[in-house]
Amino acid sequence: MTGRRVIRLGSLAYLALILVAPVGLIFWRAFEHGWHPFWAAISNHDAVHALKLTLEVTLVAVPLNTVFGVLCGLAIVRHRFPGMGLVNALVDLPMALSPVVVGMALYLLYGRQGWFGPWLSGHGVRVLFAYPGILLATMFVSLPFVVREVVPVLREIGIEQEEAAATLGARAFTTFRRITLPAIRWSLAYGVVLTTARCLGEFGAVAIVSGGIAGRTQTLTQYVQASYENFDQTGAYAASVLLAALAILTLILMTKLKPREEVHGNRGA
Amino acid sequence: MAIEARNVTKRFGDFVALDDVSIEVESGSLTALLGPSGSGKSTLLRVIAGLERADAGDVFISGKEATALAPQKRGVGFVFQHYAPFKHMTVWDNVAFGLSIRKRPKAEIAKRVGELLELVQLAGLGKRYPSQLSGGQRQRMALARALAPEPEVLLLDEPFGALDARVRVELREWLLRLHHEMHVTTIFVTHDQEEALELADSIVVMNRGRVEQIAPPRELYDLPANEFVMSFVGPVNKLGDAWVRPHDIELGHEPNGSTREAQIERVVRLGFETRVDLVRDDGERLHVQLTRDEADELELDSGDIVYVRTRRERVF
Repeated sequence: MTGRRVIRLGSLAYLALILVAPVGLIFWRAFEHGWHPFWAAISNHDAVHALKLTLEVTLVAVPLNTVFGVLCGLAIVRHRFPGMGLVNALVDLPMALSPVVVGMALYLLYGRQGWFGPWLSGHGVRVLFAYPGILLATMFVSLPFVVREVVPVLREIGIEQEEAAATLGARAFTTFRRITLPAIRWSLAYGVVLTTARCLGEFGAVAIVSGGIAGRTQTLTQYVQASYENFDQTGAYAASVLLAALAILTLILMTKLKPREEVHGNRGA
Repeated sequence: MAIEARNVTKRFGDFVALDDVSIEVESGSLTALLGPSGSGKSTLLRVIAGLERADAGDVFISGKEATALAPQKRGVGFVFQHYAPFKHMTVWDNVAFGLSIRKRPKAEIAKRVGELLELVQLAGLGKRYPSQLSGGQRQRMALARALAPEPEVLLLDEPFGALDARVRVELREWLLRLHHEMHVTTIFVTHDQEEALELADSIVVMNRGRVEQIAPPRELYDLPANEFVMSFVGPVNKLGDAWVRPHDIELGHEPNGSTREAQIERVVRLGFETRVDLVRDDGERLHVQLTRDEADELELDSGDIVYVRTRRERVF
Protein backbone atom coordinates (compact mmCIF):
# COMPACT_ATOMS: atom_id res chain seq x y z
CA MET A 1 0.00 0.00 0.00
CA THR A 2 2.68 2.48 1.05
CA GLY A 3 4.75 1.46 -1.95
CA ARG A 4 1.87 2.37 -4.19
CA ARG A 5 1.42 5.68 -2.38
CA VAL A 6 5.12 6.48 -2.80
CA ILE A 7 4.86 5.81 -6.53
CA ARG A 8 1.76 7.98 -6.81
CA LEU A 9 3.17 10.89 -4.79
CA GLY A 10 6.52 10.59 -6.51
CA SER A 11 5.06 10.77 -9.99
CA LEU A 12 2.78 13.67 -9.02
CA ALA A 13 5.70 15.58 -7.52
CA TYR A 14 7.77 14.94 -10.62
CA LEU A 15 4.99 16.21 -12.87
CA ALA A 16 4.49 19.27 -10.65
CA LEU A 17 8.18 20.10 -10.68
CA ILE A 18 8.84 19.49 -14.37
CA LEU A 19 5.53 20.50 -15.95
CA VAL A 20 3.12 22.39 -13.75
CA ALA A 21 5.52 24.76 -11.97
CA PRO A 22 7.07 26.31 -15.09
CA VAL A 23 3.73 26.70 -16.89
CA GLY A 24 2.05 27.99 -13.74
CA LEU A 25 4.85 30.46 -13.22
CA ILE A 26 4.30 31.83 -16.71
CA PHE A 27 0.62 32.42 -16.00
CA TRP A 28 1.49 34.01 -12.66
CA ARG A 29 4.10 36.35 -14.13
CA ALA A 30 1.84 37.33 -17.04
CA PHE A 31 -0.98 38.36 -14.70
CA GLU A 32 1.29 39.63 -11.90
CA HIS A 33 0.25 43.23 -12.45
CA GLY A 34 -3.32 42.46 -13.39
CA TRP A 35 -5.26 42.10 -16.60
CA HIS A 36 -4.27 45.41 -18.19
CA PRO A 37 -0.56 44.94 -18.88
CA PHE A 38 -1.36 41.49 -20.22
CA TRP A 39 -3.97 42.82 -22.57
CA ALA A 40 -1.71 45.67 -23.71
CA ALA A 41 1.10 43.22 -24.39
CA ILE A 42 -0.92 40.90 -26.59
CA SER A 43 -3.04 43.49 -28.34
CA ASN A 44 -0.20 45.40 -29.96
CA HIS A 45 0.19 45.12 -33.72
CA ASP A 46 3.12 42.72 -33.82
CA ALA A 47 1.64 40.33 -31.30
CA VAL A 48 -1.70 40.19 -33.08
CA HIS A 49 0.06 39.66 -36.40
CA ALA A 50 2.17 36.86 -34.95
CA LEU A 51 -0.92 35.15 -33.57
CA LYS A 52 -2.71 35.54 -36.89
CA LEU A 53 0.25 34.14 -38.82
CA THR A 54 0.55 31.15 -36.51
CA LEU A 55 -3.16 30.41 -36.84
CA GLU A 56 -3.09 30.86 -40.62
CA VAL A 57 -0.19 28.45 -40.99
CA THR A 58 -1.87 25.96 -38.66
CA LEU A 59 -5.19 26.18 -40.50
CA VAL A 60 -3.52 25.28 -43.80
CA ALA A 61 -0.92 22.80 -42.55
CA VAL A 62 -3.34 20.71 -40.46
CA PRO A 63 -5.90 19.94 -43.22
CA LEU A 64 -3.14 19.21 -45.73
CA ASN A 65 -1.33 16.85 -43.38
CA THR A 66 -4.65 15.25 -42.39
CA VAL A 67 -5.55 14.42 -45.98
CA PHE A 68 -2.04 13.31 -46.75
CA GLY A 69 -1.85 11.33 -43.51
CA VAL A 70 -4.99 9.34 -44.31
CA LEU A 71 -3.93 8.67 -47.91
CA CYS A 72 -0.46 7.71 -46.78
CA GLY A 73 -1.85 5.45 -44.06
CA LEU A 74 -4.13 3.73 -46.60
CA ALA A 75 -1.19 3.29 -48.96
CA ILE A 76 1.00 1.77 -46.24
CA VAL A 77 -1.66 -0.60 -44.91
CA ARG A 78 -3.78 -1.52 -47.92
CA HIS A 79 -1.36 -1.70 -50.81
CA ARG A 80 1.87 -3.46 -51.51
CA PHE A 81 4.23 -1.43 -53.60
CA PRO A 82 7.98 -1.30 -54.08
CA GLY A 83 9.61 1.09 -51.64
CA MET A 84 6.81 0.72 -49.09
CA GLY A 85 9.32 0.17 -46.29
CA LEU A 86 11.09 3.34 -47.30
CA VAL A 87 7.85 5.37 -47.21
CA ASN A 88 7.05 3.93 -43.80
CA ALA A 89 10.46 4.94 -42.49
CA LEU A 90 10.41 8.36 -44.18
CA VAL A 91 7.17 9.27 -42.42
CA ASP A 92 9.03 9.05 -39.11
CA LEU A 93 11.88 11.25 -40.28
CA PRO A 94 10.39 14.51 -38.92
CA MET A 95 10.14 12.86 -35.48
CA ALA A 96 13.80 11.88 -35.54
CA LEU A 97 15.25 14.97 -37.16
CA SER A 98 15.88 18.13 -35.17
CA PRO A 99 13.66 20.95 -36.47
CA VAL A 100 16.77 23.09 -36.90
CA VAL A 101 18.10 20.58 -39.43
CA VAL A 102 14.74 20.74 -41.25
CA GLY A 103 15.07 24.51 -41.41
CA MET A 104 18.60 24.23 -42.75
CA ALA A 105 17.47 21.73 -45.39
CA LEU A 106 14.72 24.07 -46.57
CA TYR A 107 17.22 26.90 -46.61
CA LEU A 108 19.51 24.84 -48.83
CA LEU A 109 16.65 24.00 -51.21
CA TYR A 110 14.97 27.38 -51.48
CA GLY A 111 17.80 29.78 -50.60
CA ARG A 112 19.40 32.13 -53.09
CA GLN A 113 21.98 29.49 -53.97
CA GLY A 114 19.61 26.55 -53.42
CA TRP A 115 18.27 24.04 -55.95
CA PHE A 116 14.86 25.60 -56.48
CA GLY A 117 15.56 29.09 -55.09
CA PRO A 118 16.85 30.84 -58.24
CA TRP A 119 14.17 29.33 -60.53
CA LEU A 120 11.37 30.24 -58.11
CA SER A 121 12.56 33.78 -57.52
CA GLY A 122 12.90 34.12 -61.31
CA HIS A 123 9.14 33.43 -61.41
CA GLY A 124 8.47 35.88 -58.64
CA VAL A 125 7.81 33.29 -55.96
CA ARG A 126 9.37 33.92 -52.59
CA VAL A 127 9.65 30.94 -50.27
CA LEU A 128 12.24 31.84 -47.64
CA PHE A 129 11.44 34.70 -45.25
CA ALA A 130 7.84 34.49 -46.38
CA TYR A 131 4.62 32.59 -45.71
CA PRO A 132 5.39 29.61 -48.03
CA GLY A 133 8.65 28.85 -46.18
CA ILE A 134 6.96 28.98 -42.78
CA LEU A 135 4.19 26.73 -44.06
CA LEU A 136 6.64 24.20 -45.56
CA ALA A 137 8.66 24.04 -42.35
CA THR A 138 5.53 23.61 -40.22
CA MET A 139 4.11 20.92 -42.52
CA PHE A 140 7.39 19.03 -42.45
CA VAL A 141 7.64 18.80 -38.68
CA SER A 142 3.93 18.01 -38.15
CA LEU A 143 3.64 15.38 -40.88
CA PRO A 144 3.92 12.05 -38.97
CA PHE A 145 1.15 12.41 -36.40
CA VAL A 146 -1.95 11.56 -38.44
CA VAL A 147 -0.18 8.71 -40.25
CA ARG A 148 1.09 7.21 -37.02
CA GLU A 149 -2.33 7.40 -35.33
CA VAL A 150 -4.28 6.05 -38.30
CA VAL A 151 -2.04 3.18 -39.45
CA PRO A 152 -2.51 0.83 -36.46
CA VAL A 153 -6.28 1.29 -36.54
CA LEU A 154 -6.44 0.64 -40.28
CA ARG A 155 -4.41 -2.53 -39.68
CA GLU A 156 -6.75 -3.60 -36.90
CA ILE A 157 -10.03 -3.11 -38.77
CA GLY A 158 -8.74 -5.08 -41.76
CA ILE A 159 -10.31 -5.05 -45.21
CA GLU A 160 -13.33 -7.30 -44.64
CA GLN A 161 -15.76 -4.46 -43.92
CA GLU A 162 -14.58 -2.65 -47.05
CA GLU A 163 -14.94 -5.83 -49.10
CA ALA A 164 -18.43 -6.33 -47.69
CA ALA A 165 -19.35 -2.78 -48.73
CA ALA A 166 -18.01 -3.48 -52.22
CA THR A 167 -20.13 -6.62 -52.64
CA LEU A 168 -23.13 -4.58 -51.50
CA GLY A 169 -22.52 -2.21 -54.39
CA ALA A 170 -20.57 0.64 -52.77
CA ARG A 171 -17.94 2.35 -54.90
CA ALA A 172 -14.48 3.07 -53.52
CA PHE A 173 -15.28 6.59 -52.36
CA THR A 174 -18.61 5.64 -50.79
CA THR A 175 -16.85 2.81 -48.97
CA PHE A 176 -14.20 5.21 -47.71
CA ARG A 177 -16.73 7.79 -46.57
CA ARG A 178 -19.24 5.43 -44.97
CA ILE A 179 -17.08 2.55 -43.73
CA THR A 180 -13.37 3.38 -43.46
CA LEU A 181 -13.60 6.97 -42.24
CA PRO A 182 -16.08 6.29 -39.40
CA ALA A 183 -13.96 3.32 -38.32
CA ILE A 184 -10.82 5.45 -37.96
CA ARG A 185 -12.51 8.66 -36.82
CA TRP A 186 -11.28 8.71 -33.22
CA SER A 187 -7.67 7.97 -34.08
CA LEU A 188 -7.91 10.50 -36.88
CA ALA A 189 -9.24 13.16 -34.51
CA TYR A 190 -6.46 12.36 -32.06
CA GLY A 191 -3.90 12.68 -34.85
CA VAL A 192 -5.39 16.04 -35.88
CA VAL A 193 -5.13 17.35 -32.31
CA LEU A 194 -1.49 16.29 -32.05
CA THR A 195 -0.73 17.83 -35.45
CA THR A 196 -2.39 21.07 -34.39
CA ALA A 197 -0.39 21.23 -31.17
CA ARG A 198 2.83 20.63 -33.07
CA CYS A 199 2.00 23.33 -35.66
CA LEU A 200 1.19 25.92 -32.99
CA GLY A 201 4.37 25.23 -31.05
CA GLU A 202 6.85 24.88 -33.90
CA PHE A 203 9.93 27.03 -33.39
CA GLY A 204 13.24 25.63 -34.59
CA ALA A 205 12.59 25.02 -38.28
CA VAL A 206 10.48 28.16 -38.66
CA ALA A 207 13.13 30.24 -36.90
CA ILE A 208 15.58 29.48 -39.71
CA VAL A 209 13.31 29.95 -42.73
CA SER A 210 11.05 32.80 -41.61
CA GLY A 211 13.61 35.46 -40.81
CA GLY A 212 11.38 36.49 -37.91
CA ILE A 213 10.60 39.97 -39.17
CA ALA A 214 8.27 41.56 -36.61
CA GLY A 215 4.83 42.29 -37.99
CA ARG A 216 5.57 40.30 -41.18
CA THR A 217 7.11 36.84 -40.83
CA GLN A 218 7.15 36.45 -37.08
CA THR A 219 5.14 33.56 -35.63
CA LEU A 220 3.90 33.53 -32.07
CA THR A 221 6.76 31.37 -30.77
CA GLN A 222 9.23 33.71 -32.43
CA TYR A 223 7.42 36.71 -30.95
CA VAL A 224 7.96 35.20 -27.50
CA GLN A 225 11.65 34.80 -28.15
CA ALA A 226 12.06 38.27 -29.64
CA SER A 227 10.23 39.94 -26.73
CA TYR A 228 12.39 38.04 -24.28
CA GLU A 229 15.58 39.09 -26.03
CA ASN A 230 14.37 42.72 -26.02
CA PHE A 231 13.84 42.60 -22.25
CA ASP A 232 10.08 42.96 -22.80
CA GLN A 233 9.27 40.39 -20.16
CA THR A 234 5.58 41.17 -19.88
CA GLY A 235 5.23 40.76 -23.65
CA ALA A 236 7.11 37.48 -23.59
CA TYR A 237 5.03 36.12 -20.71
CA ALA A 238 1.77 37.31 -22.21
CA ALA A 239 2.46 35.67 -25.59
CA SER A 240 3.60 32.53 -23.79
CA VAL A 241 0.31 32.44 -21.96
CA LEU A 242 -1.48 32.71 -25.28
CA LEU A 243 0.50 29.74 -26.65
CA ALA A 244 -0.01 27.76 -23.48
CA ALA A 245 -3.74 28.50 -23.58
CA LEU A 246 -3.96 27.21 -27.14
CA ALA A 247 -1.98 24.11 -26.13
CA ILE A 248 -4.21 23.51 -23.13
CA LEU A 249 -7.28 23.89 -25.33
CA THR A 250 -5.98 21.20 -27.70
CA LEU A 251 -5.11 19.01 -24.70
CA ILE A 252 -8.66 19.34 -23.39
CA LEU A 253 -9.96 18.34 -26.82
CA MET A 254 -7.57 15.39 -26.75
CA THR A 255 -8.67 14.10 -23.37
CA LYS A 256 -12.27 14.53 -24.42
CA LEU A 257 -11.56 12.31 -27.41
CA LYS A 258 -9.45 9.70 -25.70
CA PRO A 259 -11.93 7.97 -23.38
CA ARG A 260 -14.48 7.80 -26.18
CA GLU A 261 -11.90 6.14 -28.34
CA GLU A 262 -11.27 3.57 -25.63
CA VAL A 263 -14.96 2.91 -25.16
CA HIS A 264 -15.24 2.47 -28.89
CA GLY A 265 -12.30 0.07 -28.86
CA ASN A 266 -13.81 -2.05 -26.09
CA ARG A 267 -17.11 -2.30 -27.87
CA GLY A 268 -15.61 -3.89 -30.98
CA ALA A 269 -15.87 -7.67 -31.03
CA MET B 1 -26.56 -21.92 -65.35
CA ALA B 2 -26.55 -19.28 -62.63
CA ILE B 3 -22.81 -19.44 -62.06
CA GLU B 4 -20.07 -20.88 -64.16
CA ALA B 5 -16.33 -20.85 -63.60
CA ARG B 6 -14.27 -21.99 -66.56
CA ASN B 7 -10.62 -23.10 -66.24
CA VAL B 8 -9.94 -20.68 -63.39
CA THR B 9 -6.37 -20.48 -62.13
CA LYS B 10 -5.20 -18.30 -59.25
CA ARG B 11 -1.74 -18.07 -57.73
CA PHE B 12 -0.53 -16.27 -54.62
CA GLY B 13 3.21 -16.00 -55.24
CA ASP B 14 4.38 -19.59 -55.65
CA PHE B 15 1.27 -21.07 -54.10
CA VAL B 16 -1.30 -22.31 -56.60
CA ALA B 17 -4.65 -21.69 -54.90
CA LEU B 18 -6.79 -22.68 -57.89
CA ASP B 19 -5.48 -24.93 -60.62
CA ASP B 20 -7.65 -24.99 -63.76
CA VAL B 21 -10.94 -25.18 -61.86
CA SER B 22 -14.26 -25.46 -63.69
CA ILE B 23 -17.65 -25.66 -62.01
CA GLU B 24 -21.26 -25.07 -63.01
CA VAL B 25 -23.95 -24.13 -60.53
CA GLU B 26 -27.58 -24.55 -61.43
CA SER B 27 -29.98 -21.70 -60.95
CA GLY B 28 -31.83 -21.90 -57.62
CA SER B 29 -29.59 -24.63 -56.24
CA LEU B 30 -27.74 -24.85 -52.95
CA THR B 31 -24.17 -25.90 -53.67
CA ALA B 32 -21.39 -26.70 -51.23
CA LEU B 33 -17.69 -26.18 -51.87
CA LEU B 34 -16.18 -28.84 -49.62
CA GLY B 35 -12.52 -29.38 -48.90
CA PRO B 36 -9.77 -29.21 -46.30
CA SER B 37 -8.19 -25.86 -45.47
CA GLY B 38 -5.92 -24.66 -48.24
CA SER B 39 -7.90 -26.55 -50.87
CA GLY B 40 -8.88 -23.34 -52.66
CA LYS B 41 -12.59 -23.33 -51.84
CA SER B 42 -12.65 -19.86 -50.28
CA THR B 43 -10.48 -18.49 -53.08
CA LEU B 44 -12.93 -19.85 -55.66
CA LEU B 45 -15.79 -18.15 -53.81
CA ARG B 46 -13.87 -14.87 -53.74
CA VAL B 47 -13.08 -15.13 -57.45
CA ILE B 48 -16.79 -15.62 -58.16
CA ALA B 49 -17.58 -12.54 -56.03
CA GLY B 50 -14.88 -10.49 -57.75
CA LEU B 51 -12.91 -9.99 -54.52
CA GLU B 52 -9.98 -11.81 -56.15
CA ARG B 53 -9.02 -11.51 -59.79
CA ALA B 54 -8.27 -14.88 -61.46
CA ASP B 55 -4.92 -15.18 -63.23
CA ALA B 56 -6.60 -17.20 -65.98
CA GLY B 57 -10.05 -18.47 -66.81
CA ASP B 58 -13.53 -16.96 -66.97
CA VAL B 59 -16.47 -16.43 -64.64
CA PHE B 60 -20.09 -16.18 -65.80
CA ILE B 61 -22.94 -15.02 -63.58
CA SER B 62 -26.50 -15.51 -64.87
CA GLY B 63 -25.08 -16.18 -68.32
CA LYS B 64 -23.17 -12.89 -68.44
CA GLU B 65 -19.41 -12.70 -68.64
CA ALA B 66 -18.25 -11.35 -65.26
CA THR B 67 -14.51 -12.11 -65.31
CA ALA B 68 -13.39 -8.48 -65.38
CA LEU B 69 -16.41 -7.03 -63.58
CA ALA B 70 -15.90 -5.20 -60.27
CA PRO B 71 -17.59 -6.83 -57.25
CA GLN B 72 -20.02 -3.86 -57.08
CA LYS B 73 -21.49 -4.80 -60.45
CA ARG B 74 -21.85 -8.56 -60.08
CA GLY B 75 -25.17 -8.69 -58.25
CA VAL B 76 -23.66 -11.00 -55.68
CA GLY B 77 -24.42 -11.16 -51.97
CA PHE B 78 -21.47 -12.25 -49.84
CA VAL B 79 -21.46 -13.39 -46.22
CA PHE B 80 -17.99 -13.40 -44.73
CA GLN B 81 -16.71 -16.04 -42.36
CA HIS B 82 -16.55 -13.56 -39.50
CA TYR B 83 -19.54 -11.65 -40.92
CA ALA B 84 -17.63 -8.36 -41.39
CA PRO B 85 -20.34 -6.34 -39.62
CA PHE B 86 -20.10 -2.55 -39.97
CA LYS B 87 -19.25 -2.03 -36.32
CA HIS B 88 -20.13 1.64 -36.15
CA MET B 89 -23.63 1.12 -37.57
CA THR B 90 -26.74 -0.29 -35.96
CA VAL B 91 -28.19 -3.58 -37.13
CA TRP B 92 -30.82 -1.64 -39.04
CA ASP B 93 -28.23 0.54 -40.82
CA ASN B 94 -26.11 -2.50 -41.61
CA VAL B 95 -29.03 -4.16 -43.39
CA ALA B 96 -30.08 -0.90 -45.07
CA PHE B 97 -26.57 -0.17 -46.39
CA GLY B 98 -26.93 -1.83 -49.80
CA LEU B 99 -30.22 -0.01 -50.38
CA SER B 100 -29.26 3.43 -49.06
CA ILE B 101 -26.16 3.64 -51.29
CA ARG B 102 -28.50 2.92 -54.21
CA LYS B 103 -30.50 5.96 -53.11
CA ARG B 104 -33.76 4.03 -52.84
CA PRO B 105 -36.68 5.99 -51.38
CA LYS B 106 -36.74 6.05 -47.55
CA ALA B 107 -40.11 4.35 -47.29
CA GLU B 108 -39.04 1.51 -49.54
CA ILE B 109 -35.84 0.98 -47.54
CA ALA B 110 -37.73 0.96 -44.27
CA LYS B 111 -40.20 -1.60 -45.58
CA ARG B 112 -37.56 -3.93 -46.99
CA VAL B 113 -35.26 -3.74 -43.94
CA GLY B 114 -38.24 -4.43 -41.69
CA GLU B 115 -39.17 -7.49 -43.75
CA LEU B 116 -35.62 -8.79 -43.78
CA LEU B 117 -35.12 -8.37 -40.03
CA GLU B 118 -38.38 -10.28 -39.59
CA LEU B 119 -37.13 -12.98 -41.92
CA VAL B 120 -33.84 -13.45 -40.05
CA GLN B 121 -35.61 -13.26 -36.68
CA LEU B 122 -33.96 -10.01 -35.61
CA ALA B 123 -37.06 -7.82 -35.56
CA GLY B 124 -36.81 -5.54 -32.53
CA LEU B 125 -32.99 -5.65 -32.49
CA GLY B 126 -32.58 -3.03 -35.22
CA LYS B 127 -31.26 -0.37 -32.83
CA ARG B 128 -28.52 -2.58 -31.41
CA TYR B 129 -24.92 -2.52 -32.52
CA PRO B 130 -23.28 -5.67 -33.91
CA SER B 131 -21.13 -5.99 -30.79
CA GLN B 132 -24.33 -6.39 -28.75
CA LEU B 133 -25.41 -9.46 -30.74
CA SER B 134 -24.55 -13.13 -30.25
CA GLY B 135 -22.58 -14.95 -32.92
CA GLY B 136 -25.67 -16.52 -34.44
CA GLN B 137 -27.53 -13.18 -34.50
CA ARG B 138 -24.56 -11.48 -36.11
CA GLN B 139 -24.50 -14.16 -38.76
CA ARG B 140 -28.20 -13.67 -39.52
CA MET B 141 -27.68 -9.91 -39.68
CA ALA B 142 -24.89 -10.44 -42.22
CA LEU B 143 -27.25 -12.65 -44.21
CA ALA B 144 -30.02 -10.04 -44.17
CA ARG B 145 -27.53 -7.38 -45.23
CA ALA B 146 -26.35 -9.51 -48.16
CA LEU B 147 -29.95 -10.26 -49.21
CA ALA B 148 -31.17 -6.65 -49.06
CA PRO B 149 -30.13 -5.56 -52.57
CA GLU B 150 -31.80 -8.73 -53.95
CA PRO B 151 -28.69 -10.42 -55.31
CA GLU B 152 -28.98 -13.05 -58.02
CA VAL B 153 -26.43 -15.14 -56.22
CA LEU B 154 -25.64 -15.63 -52.53
CA LEU B 155 -22.14 -16.66 -51.50
CA LEU B 156 -21.40 -17.82 -47.95
CA ASP B 157 -17.84 -18.33 -46.71
CA GLU B 158 -17.74 -20.92 -43.91
CA PRO B 159 -21.12 -19.65 -42.68
CA PHE B 160 -21.21 -21.79 -39.55
CA GLY B 161 -17.49 -22.01 -38.87
CA ALA B 162 -17.33 -19.53 -36.00
CA LEU B 163 -20.40 -20.78 -34.10
CA ASP B 164 -20.71 -23.32 -31.32
CA ALA B 165 -22.10 -26.75 -32.16
CA ARG B 166 -25.71 -26.30 -31.03
CA VAL B 167 -26.22 -22.92 -32.74
CA ARG B 168 -24.62 -24.36 -35.83
CA VAL B 169 -27.19 -27.15 -36.13
CA GLU B 170 -30.09 -24.70 -35.57
CA LEU B 171 -28.77 -22.28 -38.16
CA ARG B 172 -28.28 -25.05 -40.69
CA GLU B 173 -31.93 -26.01 -40.54
CA TRP B 174 -32.92 -22.37 -40.63
CA LEU B 175 -30.76 -21.68 -43.68
CA LEU B 176 -32.26 -24.66 -45.47
CA ARG B 177 -35.80 -23.35 -44.83
CA LEU B 178 -34.74 -19.89 -45.93
CA HIS B 179 -33.29 -21.28 -49.14
CA HIS B 180 -36.52 -23.13 -49.91
CA GLU B 181 -38.47 -19.90 -49.43
CA MET B 182 -36.16 -17.56 -51.35
CA HIS B 183 -34.72 -19.75 -54.12
CA VAL B 184 -31.64 -17.58 -54.47
CA THR B 185 -28.81 -19.53 -56.06
CA THR B 186 -26.49 -20.17 -53.14
CA ILE B 187 -22.93 -21.42 -52.82
CA PHE B 188 -21.42 -22.04 -49.41
CA VAL B 189 -17.91 -23.01 -48.41
CA THR B 190 -17.36 -25.60 -45.70
CA HIS B 191 -14.76 -28.04 -44.45
CA ASP B 192 -17.45 -30.05 -42.62
CA GLN B 193 -18.63 -32.99 -44.74
CA GLU B 194 -21.71 -33.49 -42.59
CA GLU B 195 -22.78 -29.89 -43.19
CA ALA B 196 -22.31 -30.32 -46.94
CA LEU B 197 -24.19 -33.63 -47.03
CA GLU B 198 -27.08 -32.24 -44.99
CA LEU B 199 -27.61 -28.95 -46.81
CA ALA B 200 -26.41 -29.11 -50.38
CA ASP B 201 -28.16 -30.28 -53.56
CA SER B 202 -24.76 -30.56 -55.12
CA ILE B 203 -21.29 -30.83 -53.60
CA VAL B 204 -18.02 -29.74 -55.19
CA VAL B 205 -15.14 -31.52 -53.47
CA MET B 206 -11.88 -29.60 -53.71
CA ASN B 207 -8.34 -30.55 -52.81
CA ARG B 208 -5.07 -28.67 -53.43
CA GLY B 209 -6.66 -26.19 -55.78
CA ARG B 210 -8.37 -28.80 -57.94
CA VAL B 211 -11.91 -30.17 -58.20
CA GLU B 212 -11.96 -33.83 -57.22
CA GLN B 213 -15.64 -34.53 -57.84
CA ILE B 214 -18.96 -32.76 -58.35
CA ALA B 215 -22.01 -34.79 -57.38
CA PRO B 216 -25.21 -34.80 -55.34
CA PRO B 217 -24.64 -35.86 -51.69
CA ARG B 218 -25.85 -39.46 -52.04
CA GLU B 219 -23.77 -40.16 -55.13
CA LEU B 220 -20.74 -38.57 -53.54
CA TYR B 221 -21.02 -40.82 -50.51
CA ASP B 222 -21.84 -44.03 -52.37
CA LEU B 223 -19.74 -43.57 -55.49
CA PRO B 224 -16.73 -41.43 -54.59
CA ALA B 225 -14.55 -40.77 -57.61
CA ASN B 226 -11.25 -41.41 -55.91
CA GLU B 227 -9.47 -42.15 -52.66
CA PHE B 228 -9.45 -38.52 -51.57
CA VAL B 229 -13.20 -38.13 -51.86
CA MET B 230 -13.77 -41.52 -50.24
CA SER B 231 -11.64 -40.58 -47.24
CA PHE B 232 -12.80 -36.97 -46.96
CA VAL B 233 -16.55 -37.54 -47.23
CA GLY B 234 -17.21 -39.66 -44.19
CA PRO B 235 -15.06 -41.97 -42.07
CA VAL B 236 -13.27 -44.85 -43.74
CA ASN B 237 -11.05 -47.90 -43.13
CA LYS B 238 -8.28 -48.88 -45.48
CA LEU B 239 -7.70 -52.65 -45.73
CA GLY B 240 -4.99 -53.43 -48.22
CA ASP B 241 -6.19 -51.86 -51.48
CA ALA B 242 -9.83 -51.74 -50.39
CA TRP B 243 -11.70 -48.87 -48.68
CA VAL B 244 -14.54 -49.72 -46.32
CA ARG B 245 -16.96 -47.46 -44.46
CA PRO B 246 -17.22 -48.28 -40.71
CA HIS B 247 -20.92 -49.11 -41.05
CA ASP B 248 -20.23 -51.58 -43.88
CA ILE B 249 -18.50 -54.00 -41.54
CA GLU B 250 -20.28 -56.91 -39.79
CA LEU B 251 -19.11 -58.51 -36.55
CA GLY B 252 -19.92 -62.03 -35.34
CA HIS B 253 -18.83 -64.51 -32.70
CA GLU B 254 -18.46 -67.45 -35.13
CA PRO B 255 -16.03 -67.59 -38.05
CA ASN B 256 -17.23 -68.55 -41.52
CA GLY B 257 -15.36 -68.80 -44.79
CA SER B 258 -15.04 -65.08 -45.51
CA THR B 259 -14.37 -63.67 -42.04
CA ARG B 260 -11.15 -62.51 -40.40
CA GLU B 261 -10.32 -62.70 -36.72
CA ALA B 262 -9.89 -59.49 -34.75
CA GLN B 263 -9.57 -58.35 -31.15
CA ILE B 264 -11.68 -55.56 -29.67
CA GLU B 265 -9.63 -52.68 -28.27
CA ARG B 266 -12.36 -50.31 -27.24
CA VAL B 267 -16.13 -49.95 -27.29
CA VAL B 268 -17.62 -46.45 -27.25
CA ARG B 269 -21.35 -45.98 -26.80
CA LEU B 270 -22.70 -42.71 -28.27
CA GLY B 271 -26.44 -42.92 -27.82
CA PHE B 272 -27.88 -44.59 -30.89
CA GLU B 273 -24.47 -45.43 -32.28
CA THR B 274 -21.78 -47.70 -30.91
CA ARG B 275 -18.21 -47.45 -32.16
CA VAL B 276 -15.86 -50.40 -31.91
CA ASP B 277 -12.10 -50.19 -32.45
CA LEU B 278 -10.52 -53.49 -33.52
CA VAL B 279 -7.09 -54.90 -34.36
CA ARG B 280 -7.11 -57.64 -36.99
CA ASP B 281 -4.88 -60.74 -36.72
CA ASP B 282 -2.55 -59.19 -39.33
CA GLY B 283 -2.19 -56.04 -37.22
CA GLU B 284 -4.51 -53.77 -39.31
CA ARG B 285 -6.71 -51.46 -37.30
CA LEU B 286 -10.42 -51.13 -37.96
CA HIS B 287 -13.16 -48.76 -36.87
CA VAL B 288 -16.66 -50.18 -36.92
CA GLN B 289 -20.01 -48.43 -36.45
CA LEU B 290 -22.95 -50.48 -35.14
CA THR B 291 -26.40 -49.51 -33.97
CA ARG B 292 -26.91 -49.82 -30.24
CA ASP B 293 -29.20 -52.83 -30.68
CA GLU B 294 -26.65 -54.68 -32.83
CA ALA B 295 -23.94 -54.01 -30.29
CA ASP B 296 -26.12 -55.08 -27.34
CA GLU B 297 -27.03 -58.32 -29.06
CA LEU B 298 -23.36 -59.19 -29.57
CA GLU B 299 -22.45 -58.24 -25.97
CA LEU B 300 -19.12 -56.77 -27.05
CA ASP B 301 -16.35 -56.04 -24.56
CA SER B 302 -12.78 -54.91 -24.94
CA GLY B 303 -10.39 -57.85 -25.20
CA ASP B 304 -13.00 -60.09 -26.89
CA ILE B 305 -12.17 -61.91 -30.10
CA VAL B 306 -14.69 -61.36 -32.90
CA TYR B 307 -14.95 -62.29 -36.58
CA VAL B 308 -15.11 -59.53 -39.16
CA ARG B 309 -16.75 -59.46 -42.57
CA THR B 310 -16.99 -56.48 -44.92
CA ARG B 311 -20.37 -55.97 -46.54
CA ARG B 312 -19.31 -53.41 -49.16
CA GLU B 313 -15.93 -52.10 -50.18
CA ARG B 314 -14.40 -49.95 -52.89
CA VAL B 315 -11.12 -50.33 -54.73
CA PHE B 316 -9.73 -47.44 -56.78
